[in-house]
Amino acid sequence: MIGIAIEYTEKVMDHFMNPRNIGEIPDADGVGTIGNQVCGDMTNVYIKVTDGRISDIKFKTFGCGAAIATASMATELALGKTLQEALAITRDAVADALDGLPEAKLHCSNLAADALHAAIKEYLAKN
Amino acid sequence: MKRIYLDHAATTAVDREVVQAMIPYFTETFGNASSLHSFGRDARYALGAARQTVADALGAETDEIFFTSGGTESDNLALKGVEKGHIITSSIEHPAILNTCRYLETHGCDVTYLPVDSSGLVDPGNIESAIRNDTKIISVMHANNEIGTIQPIAEIGTIARDNGVLFHTDAVQSFGKTETDLQKMNIDLLSLSSHKIYGPKGVGALYVREGTEICPLMHGGGHESGLRSGTENVAGIVGFAKAVSLAIKRFESDTRHLTNLRELLIDGVMDSIDDVHLNGHPTKRLPNNANLRFDFVEGEAMLLHLDIRGIAVSTGSACSSTSKDPSHVLLAMGLAPENIHGSIRFTLGRENTSEEIEYVLGVLPEIVGKLRAISPLVSKGSSMGSRSSGR
Repeated sequence: MIGIAIEYTEKVMDHFMNPRNIGEIPDADGVGTIGNQVCGDMTNVYIKVTDGRISDIKFKTFGCGAAIATASMATELALGKTLQEALAITRDAVADALDGLPEAKLHCSNLAADALHAAIKEYLAKN
Repeated sequence: MKRIYLDHAATTAVDREVVQAMIPYFTETFGNASSLHSFGRDARYALGAARQTVADALGAETDEIFFTSGGTESDNLALKGVEKGHIITSSIEHPAILNTCRYLETHGCDVTYLPVDSSGLVDPGNIESAIRNDTKIISVMHANNEIGTIQPIAEIGTIARDNGVLFHTDAVQSFGKTETDLQKMNIDLLSLSSHKIYGPKGVGALYVREGTEICPLMHGGGHESGLRSGTENVAGIVGFAKAVSLAIKRFESDTRHLTNLRELLIDGVMDSIDDVHLNGHPTKRLPNNANLRFDFVEGEAMLLHLDIRGIAVSTGSACSSTSKDPSHVLLAMGLAPENIHGSIRFTLGRENTSEEIEYVLGVLPEIVGKLRAISPLVSKGSSMGSRSSGR
């Protein structure tokens, strides 16, 4: 139980306490699942695509404060963007939008961006 | 905002009586206990009195008590100080024992790490089978810091004694919370820590049964009968001894109070939240320990929600550790990794009240509900999901 003292920014705390775009889309155009319970983080991202843009996006996360906040921010950044723009959203962009993450938590931001990209790629593969 | 501290296994506040007892030793009785003059004499006297207090509390002799900088140093001294050979320990020991064992493995010692069952108990039979001709010491903690499970120390001690092997126990978490009897439990070496029992940090002790051969880690001026050199932290040691005497004095009332609060918390959680489980043995556990795992949600997120509301706890989740490994104790108990990540350790203390527990019970269901609403692991059809139908 030796732990890290987590210093989260205000933006991270806001997204953690009030995550945006929670939910699932049963008839999603693309679903991305990254991580798993075994690791202790798992994020699902669901997207609806209309005219090449992400018209709706939802997420669910099993994970720590950073995992939840980054998933929320990633979906907020992606909503309304074209698929190319959304694919260009990097882990660092998500972390920067949150005014940064503690070094030990940077790997959590990978999950959010990767799940978003996976959802888009699933859509592109089907279409 | 009211702050509620429920992380007493991590550390405790110094009792006000302990602080009072220590104060004279900073500015008035500040002498070096080795000095021959009156300043030294006074400090030496205080040191001797403190040693007597700790010895009496354990039922030991004063020349069997050695002061150290804390539980970690005592654990190191116990394992590194005795004759090198095969070591038997458990897989759920504190890192102060486990990492010392790993170090000794690179320096010619074999170590057997015994498994535990699903409630964290060591099987004395496994210890017996593990003993070899070259086994020198068995080290099993009296009670585990994460799950509170109390080990069958008396049985283990007897096996050690019958096989001519030394028996060390890390009593850092158990002292003051459950009976420790050096004779009945056949203990040769025992580690104590001040800051877990409302004493100051940076002080502890190692009990070494008379006749046990042990070498120092700290060489220097020959303090502590040559076993632990270094000018004595008299103020800290005085504080530690006062904390020990308070722990003995308050043992009955403390254990009653802590047990009541623990049961109030566990019952309250079980009644108000589904899919919660107690980690560790249901009855052979420390009176103040409630380690609970909550399905479908992650520990650090829960900890953060509780922290925002002023409630302090700890978690076995991987996301909370520097190594990114989940709790080795929960792993050793056979818990699946996904269940380990949802574990929260509540460890209660003397100053906690039932009102504080009620407050925690008031906010916990909401926190768990909020996290379950965003969890991909909550199964379909469960009332916890935020699924909309017909989209």
